[in-house]
Amino acid sequence: MASLDDLKKRIASVKSTQKITKAMKMVAAAKLRKAQESAEKGRPYSEKMNNIILNLSNGISDKENTSKLLSGTGNDKVHLCVVMTSDRGLCGGFNSNIIKKAKSYFSKISAEGKEFKIITVGSKGNDQLKRVYGEKIIENISFKESKNANYFDADKVGKMVIEKFEAGEFDVCTIFYNQFKNVITQIPQAQQIVPLNNEVDENNSDESYEFEPDEDEILSNLLPKNISTQIFKAMLENSASEQGSRMSAMDNATRNAGEMVDKLTIEYNRSRQAAITKELIEIISGAESL
Amino acid sequence: MSEEFKVEVVNPEKSFLSKEDATEVVVPAFEGEMGILKDHISIISFLKPGIITIHSKSGEEKFYVEDGIVEFKNNNLSILTSSIFNLNEVEKNKLQDLLKLAEEEANKSEANDQTKYLVDQKIEVLKSLN
Repeated sequence: MASLDDLKKRIASVKSTQKITKAMKMVAAAKLRKAQESAEKGRPYSEKMNNIILNLSNGISDKENTSKLLSGTGNDKVHLCVVMTSDRGLCGGFNSNIIKKAKSYFSKISAEGKEFKIITVGSKGNDQLKRVYGEKIIENISFKESKNANYFDADKVGKMVIEKFEAGEFDVCTIFYNQFKNVITQIPQAQQIVPLNNEVDENNSDESYEFEPDEDEILSNLLPKNISTQIFKAMLENSASEQGSRMSAMDNATRNAGEMVDKLTIEYNRSRQAAITKELIEIISGAESL
Repeated sequence: MSEEFKVEVVNPEKSFLSKEDATEVVVPAFEGEMGILKDHISIISFLKPGIITIHSKSGEEKFYVEDGIVEFKNNNLSILTSSIFNLNEVEKNKLQDLLKLAEEEANKSEANDQTKYLVDQKIEVLKSLN
């Protein structure tokens, strides 16, 4: 059995770890509220954008000649995967969930005999992926300096994706991120952004729009923007998910540390009592022998 | 009866402005300024750098935008933009910074005609504001 001193030290160390995890939980909770708010505020923009594009693409008669971003290159050979993770650790299964989702996608498309390339956003994803898929990673972006997800960063990623698309480096682009559902549930998502997956709405109104300038021109302007918007949405969802995930992970850690302290305290008290009893017995048996 | 319609301005971060009582909105559409009144035909257009003016019961408000899309449908006007500033609130320095940025962009010669046109437009508008 560990000596009294050792036990005391362990209790102290677990307690200080508990303090840290508790503080991290509080910070995550505060940040979560902010991130959640901005994720919710950001939703109208991407929704409206989606709606307009849907209306536009319905209005287009000549589907063959539209922008390649909408209709695709006609090929399905090279996939680009944008894997969005966090820059910081200690957030439970947040990053590994995304990676798992991405990896299963990778093996699926490799099994189909297609190629894939990876762009990682966030350093944690890069760390996990570079061991296995090192040569597939063509770009690694991290926004450690920016405190909150902002549109400017998303735009940078978006522009990069478009550049690569125009250079013919890939045919299909998918982004991986965690969708924030609530504090304990985040759903890893794979969303295809190029070519645009427009699920045709059942209740699409037959309302005809006036376009100024014509549809094609608006579309070719709008589609690149939409990519940045979708990436931005993913970033917002991701940051809310990250904080939520960290909060619950730290909450668990705090609770576990509490349990550990309890257990150690009992052990400590027991061995202290044993030592006292032992001393008493020694004294008594010493007195008896006289 | 009432001549009012709903305006909503959203940027990626949040819903920037929402008004129920707009009477007229003037937007810098790509092919020229466009005034929108109630019961305008459904329209989608995109914006070039310029000034959005919203007339409403409570007065007139002006915003500077760099790009965006407008959609008008069923007396709902949505303006989606990534960069918008309320001219009453924005500081002079900010506008000057934007102008400097635009001028730098204009000096990069590799841009195609359309982006060049947009940048020139931006500079013009910003100069008139400063």
